[in-house]
Amino acid sequence: MFETIFVDAANWLRNLLISINLSPFVVEVFLHVVKMVVILVFVLLNVMWLVYMERKVSARFQCRVGPDRNGPYGLAQIFNDVAKLISKEMILPTHVNKKMYLLAPILIFAPPMAILAVTPMGEGMAAVDLNLGLYYFVAIAGINTVVVWMAGWSSNNKYSLVGGMRAVAQMVSYEIPLLLALVGVIVLTGTLNLNGIVDAQKSAWLIFTQPLAFFIYFIAAMAEANRAPFDLVEGESEIISGPYTEYSGMGFAFFFLAEYANLLVMAIMTTTLFLGGWLAPFGWTFIPSWLWFIIKVYFVIWVVMWMRWTFPRIRIDHLMNLAWKFLVPLAIANIFVTGLAKYFIGI
Amino acid sequence: MINWLGVLIFLLSGAAFGVIGIGISYLIQPRTKNRYKLEVYESGIPVKASAWVRFRNQYFTYALIFVIFDVEILYLYPWAVSFVELGLSGLIKMFIFIFILVLGLWYAWKEGAFEWR
Repeated sequence: MFETIFVDAANWLRNLLISINLSPFVVEVFLHVVKMVVILVFVLLNVMWLVYMERKVSARFQCRVGPDRNGPYGLAQIFNDVAKLISKEMILPTHVNKKMYLLAPILIFAPPMAILAVTPMGEGMAAVDLNLGLYYFVAIAGINTVVVWMAGWSSNNKYSLVGGMRAVAQMVSYEIPLLLALVGVIVLTGTLNLNGIVDAQKSAWLIFTQPLAFFIYFIAAMAEANRAPFDLVEGESEIISGPYTEYSGMGFAFFFLAEYANLLVMAIMTTTLFLGGWLAPFGWTFIPSWLWFIIKVYFVIWVVMWMRWTFPRIRIDHLMNLAWKFLVPLAIANIFVTGLAKYFIGI
Repeated sequence: MINWLGVLIFLLSGAAFGVIGIGISYLIQPRTKNRYKLEVYESGIPVKASAWVRFRNQYFTYALIFVIFDVEILYLYPWAVSFVELGLSGLIKMFIFIFILVLGLWYAWKEGAFEWR
């Protein structure tokens, strides 16, 4: 019953709309809007939870307790944070490029939302079933770079400029190993459709058949999402807050939340591509597929947070060397090995 | 076609969310006038010059190499999708293509494009 609860709800709504004689086109558009609202709420709840979880997990790694004053286990902290972020003044400094400065926080939420449109979050639970799903993901993920650079440049602040430059250099460099690692995934699955990629993992998850690609992808995706140890973009101890230095109030809040939305997207893509998406391990199908998906996503997020407190932030030249001199050759070697193995052994 | 309309709805929803969020915040936020608040957020001493300056070209080199590799990877994806249909000839041709890509990487490496000076 719980397995198909969301699919059933969508079908019920579709039948209801058809029964009141709406044209099929209007019905589909309406359904897409409903799905969009559901996913937006899903993202917002998760992002709010992640802000709290980040603080709690960080605290536990440092033998602290973390927020515990507001409500049970400090859970009311989540709502206090939101109320505070909304009710603060958003300063519009006199020295900035106003159009770009205001556009950046508005656009920063578009890429994560657009990517979540195509990810299957359970059996048959992709909002939009695109044949070019993976290609689309790669294309949309690149927009983030532009938005961060818009924020960095338009602020007319030296720290923002350095942060923006670093953001472009880092995100652009790590996009290459990320794209190359995904070639191995596509060779094995033979499709760009994310549903198809999950289906192809029924015999074995891709983390077992493509361990090297997973390793490269995970590092590159962490750098793309600007997570520590690759958080040079806003290295607090060096450049205040990087591209977001001049932002305050809701403008800053959007960058802050988008960072967690990107973390969520990164974990969701890792799960979909390498950890079998919504497939149940060991045949434990008594837990519904969408719940398995959430469990896996939160496991990946937990690993990312664990890494944050395990590795110190690396230097910019080391960062670049890691991408170009280590990950790119490794990813190319992975394509060679995968191609030969697929042709001669036929996995 | 309806799929791409769905994608467009999602893409616009992100931006709409941004507009609504900042709009709500604009309606309820306090506003006070203060000259110093509008200044550049730096160390506190008077700010020298604008930040819109020429910046080191090291970053530009990376961007340039990125564009080259990105376009090359664009050709790898269709090959990877139709890997089985293309068979051995496709495999050999693509290995030659990747080999040229590796040559490009080696050349950029040798010329010191990845050295942080």
